[in-house]
Amino acid sequence: MITIVDYGMGNLRSVQKSFEFIGKKAVITSDRGKILKSSLVVVPGVGSFNAAMKNLRKLKLIDTILKVVNGGKYFLGLCLGLQILFEYSEEGNSKGLGILKGKVKKFKFKDNLKIPHMGWNNVNLNVPARISGAGRGSPTSDLRKIFKGIECEAYFYFVHSYYVEPEDNNIIASTTDYGIRFASSVFNKNVFATQFHPEKSQRNGLRLLKNYVDYTGN
Amino acid sequence: MKVKKSVLNGLTKRIIPCLDVDKGRVVKGTKFINLRDAGNPVEVAKRYDDEGADEIVFLDITASHEKRKTIYEVVEKTAENVFMPLTVGGGIRTLEDIRNMLKAGADKVSINTSAVENLSFVSKAAEKYGTQCIVVAIDAKRSVSKYKLQNTNYCPKWEVYTYGGRKSTGIDAVEWAKKVEKYGAGEILLTSMDKDGTKDGYDIELTSAISESVNIPVIASGGAGEMKHFYDAFEKGSADAALAASLFHFKELKIKDLKKYLLRKGVNIRC
Repeated sequence: MITIVDYGMGNLRSVQKSFEFIGKKAVITSDRGKILKSSLVVVPGVGSFNAAMKNLRKLKLIDTILKVVNGGKYFLGLCLGLQILFEYSEEGNSKGLGILKGKVKKFKFKDNLKIPHMGWNNVNLNVPARISGAGRGSPTSDLRKIFKGIECEAYFYFVHSYYVEPEDNNIIASTTDYGIRFASSVFNKNVFATQFHPEKSQRNGLRLLKNYVDYTGN
Repeated sequence: MKVKKSVLNGLTKRIIPCLDVDKGRVVKGTKFINLRDAGNPVEVAKRYDDEGADEIVFLDITASHEKRKTIYEVVEKTAENVFMPLTVGGGIRTLEDIRNMLKAGADKVSINTSAVENLSFVSKAAEKYGTQCIVVAIDAKRSVSKYKLQNTNYCPKWEVYTYGGRKSTGIDAVEWAKKVEKYGAGEILLTSMDKDGTKDGYDIELTSAISESVNIPVIASGGAGEMKHFYDAFEKGSADAALAASLFHFKELKIKDLKKYLLRKGVNIRC
């Protein structure tokens, strides 16, 4: 079962609809039992980091998500669902889940780049960094499966003012350029999370979701 | 074909078709009479999706209150079929309106009159739903000033109008744009009332005046009649996105052809 965690942050229906479109049933829930029983947990979300953490705490979902990830269950984070995986965010000076080492920082530009970073931008698969570990069953070959059929520099839809800075460069699955080169998705064992919105990225986004769901055997 | 990209910025300029919806149908001409039927919004949205539109805007112009809820059905059906950002505007007055719109599948709502009448509505909405989903629509009209005749260093001014361009407010558009940014708008949808419907190009002065005085994305609107107008909006007007309605509905201009043209001209565009 695929569950989409409902913690009051943003439009879960559009995520659910994109799963429906690729022929997969996904249940929207904040029920801890259901989440723990599922085989793929999806955490979407738009809005502010501190509000997201506050809501997760209120719904007693922090332990649940930690159990899901530490127990090796597949996890898909989208936008805010990526950011909360890290230790700390500059947004509201807030503590995150700390599943991944690193922090969430605000874009700061001296030139004329607008904030939020809103619109379509290139997503470049970060394979060269992993080339030494290439081969069957390696993170690189897994990543290639997840991005199968998606051309390099493919366009995905972004809308955010903060970006993640992982401590370990090896978990960066893709990068995107906006003033700086930032991690637009991360991949670490059972966790895959994107800063962009696959559910709003037309063909590329639906393909990526389908690839990941297939990869997780759901 | 070499695409010009500034260093470390891959973000593309957006082409946004706008669908004026009246009682569940796409119509042409919001501020003018003689509404022409332009089809079923869900079908039109699907076509734009295929053609490579970057986002879609629905503007609900349904006058009668009881027929208002048809827009929710339109949004819901569209969001089931089209996986791209969807903005809905027209008659958004309460947090409840925003909630219902987002629940139906909209990603952003566009607020106009109610922002002018109650600025704290913008900040409350941004606080609750995030700045990323609050678009403030500004309808601006050039103020004709005596000053213009006397002074060669004439600096143009624009005034904000509400109620679909029927009511003047006396508010300066540039000052207003700065203010709504401060109050939590995530984007500005800027329509030139002077140019709307003329097809002789966007108001470039207005677009650049606003775009350069705020740090949030600005969508240029009103006046698009040919491909070059889009190029000017991006290159001279510093717009982040350009919107057009009837030009796309009646297939006078195909989004695909427009995008190819812009790419050839060196604008960073998603093709």
